[in-house]
Amino acid sequence: MKILGFFLLVAGWAIVLAAVALLAWQAPRIAFALAGAGVELLGLVLVFRSHALLQGGT
Amino acid sequence: MTPGVPALSETGVALCIFFILLVPLAAAGLSLINAGLGRSHSAAHSMMASLCVLGVAAITYFVFGFAWQGYIGGPAHSFWIAGKSWNWLASEPFFFRGLDFRGSSASLVAALQLLSVGICALIPLGSGAGRWRLGAICISTIFLAGCTYPLFAHWVWSGGWLAQLGANYGLGHGFMDLGGASTIHIVGGLSALTIAWTLGPRQGKYSLEGMPTAIPGHNAVIVLFACLLAWLGWIGLNSAGAILFAGTDPARSILVFVNTTLAAVSAALAAASMTRLRFGKPDASLSANGWIGGLVASSASCAFVTPLGAVAIGLAAGALVTLAVEVFELRLTVDDPSGGISVHAVGGIWGVLAAGLFARFPESVPSTSSFAALGAGKGDSGQWLAQLVGISTLLGFVLPLTYGFQRLLNRFYPQRVSPEGERQGMDLHELGAGAYPDFVSNIDEFTQR
Repeated sequence: MKILGFFLLVAGWAIVLAAVALLAWQAPRIAFALAGAGVELLGLVLVFRSHALLQGGT
Repeated sequence: MTPGVPALSETGVALCIFFILLVPLAAAGLSLINAGLGRSHSAAHSMMASLCVLGVAAITYFVFGFAWQGYIGGPAHSFWIAGKSWNWLASEPFFFRGLDFRGSSASLVAALQLLSVGICALIPLGSGAGRWRLGAICISTIFLAGCTYPLFAHWVWSGGWLAQLGANYGLGHGFMDLGGASTIHIVGGLSALTIAWTLGPRQGKYSLEGMPTAIPGHNAVIVLFACLLAWLGWIGLNSAGAILFAGTDPARSILVFVNTTLAAVSAALAAASMTRLRFGKPDASLSANGWIGGLVASSASCAFVTPLGAVAIGLAAGALVTLAVEVFELRLTVDDPSGGISVHAVGGIWGVLAAGLFARFPESVPSTSSFAALGAGKGDSGQWLAQLVGISTLLGFVLPLTYGFQRLLNRFYPQRVSPEGERQGMDLHELGAGAYPDFVSNIDEFTQR
């Protein structure tokens, strides 16, 4: 689960970068950038949850 | 390619040197906070580790860190995407070769960064307190000072792709961070998080059911005194950063001083009020965390917000840091003795976002300023998006990179001290002598078993 979380962090960053670099119109650029940030947030939640589960299991 | 930066005026150089001389006080403050919030049987180890970290960071940065960070207008590697240049790494010579040390902007940047990189590397020390081996601390510092820090600082402060988001893609003035809220504090705070994950909690911190136990710091007096030292250091960091990285008029340093101070005091009062409301009495260590959190949050936009904006940034930082300390400890089971993750990572993220919300730029930026070279004067719209891209980069690139390195290092060189060493205390186990030999403060250390 932690690996998946880190994968989502990197993927979210890539979406944000792609939105900025490839989209010229302001509205879709903002929408995609926010979506990328959302993916990163999801990744962060997964990483924290997997850490908490590991601590609880020991 | 980024245009070159003209030399500073004599007044600018003199003020910059004065502000840079204040910066070691920030390092002293953070070192004392780390030591004071840790246990007494690891206090000498904490201060010794601080000296080692400052030394290793400075030497690493001197050898190759600066070569990769560079300065605005210096030689750099770039690639092109859809016709736009993405400047990603400087290509300066190693060992500070070629720098003109007679007051050039580049030499002032090098001097400031020699200290800033050490401050960044001090942040994880507090989060690994009481269980992080000295050798592992030094190796981890080499990675931070030689790779993560210079790379991100190049992107932000040396004309890298984040700084050019304004000029290339019309996102405000590009990613803005004058005093190091992101480059120093978020990078350091995220490193602290990876250290806390890698090392795990201290012995006895969590019960088998996962309930946390309070392990209070051993000296609230030095922690609170350290806040005052850090305040002076931050004034130096923010003022020198504003002049060197944003090309602000040196006279604007007065506003930087006012904003830095207002943010710190507002944050400390917010933290004290919150702890008073929640626990019945104001908490000294959380108020100290709030003070530093306010300083951190003020760093990103200190020269471009109004004093009222600085108060708002400080109040929110104090409240956020206090809540974050609790969330990390209770809900996320991250054992962070100094609260460094909350103070530097959370406070820094708020500061960077607040820069996008509160910053108002001068009508006309002098055409000779470095900020103008990076696309200033193109309006404030899109600034928040540039700030978001910076935070996204920290979470999506710096955090995984740092965590990957810490796990790899831990595989070949275990970073955590042995259980026996942890019980004995880092002072006796790693240094062979305690910080307070005249005082029996931890009975179990001296009991025959």
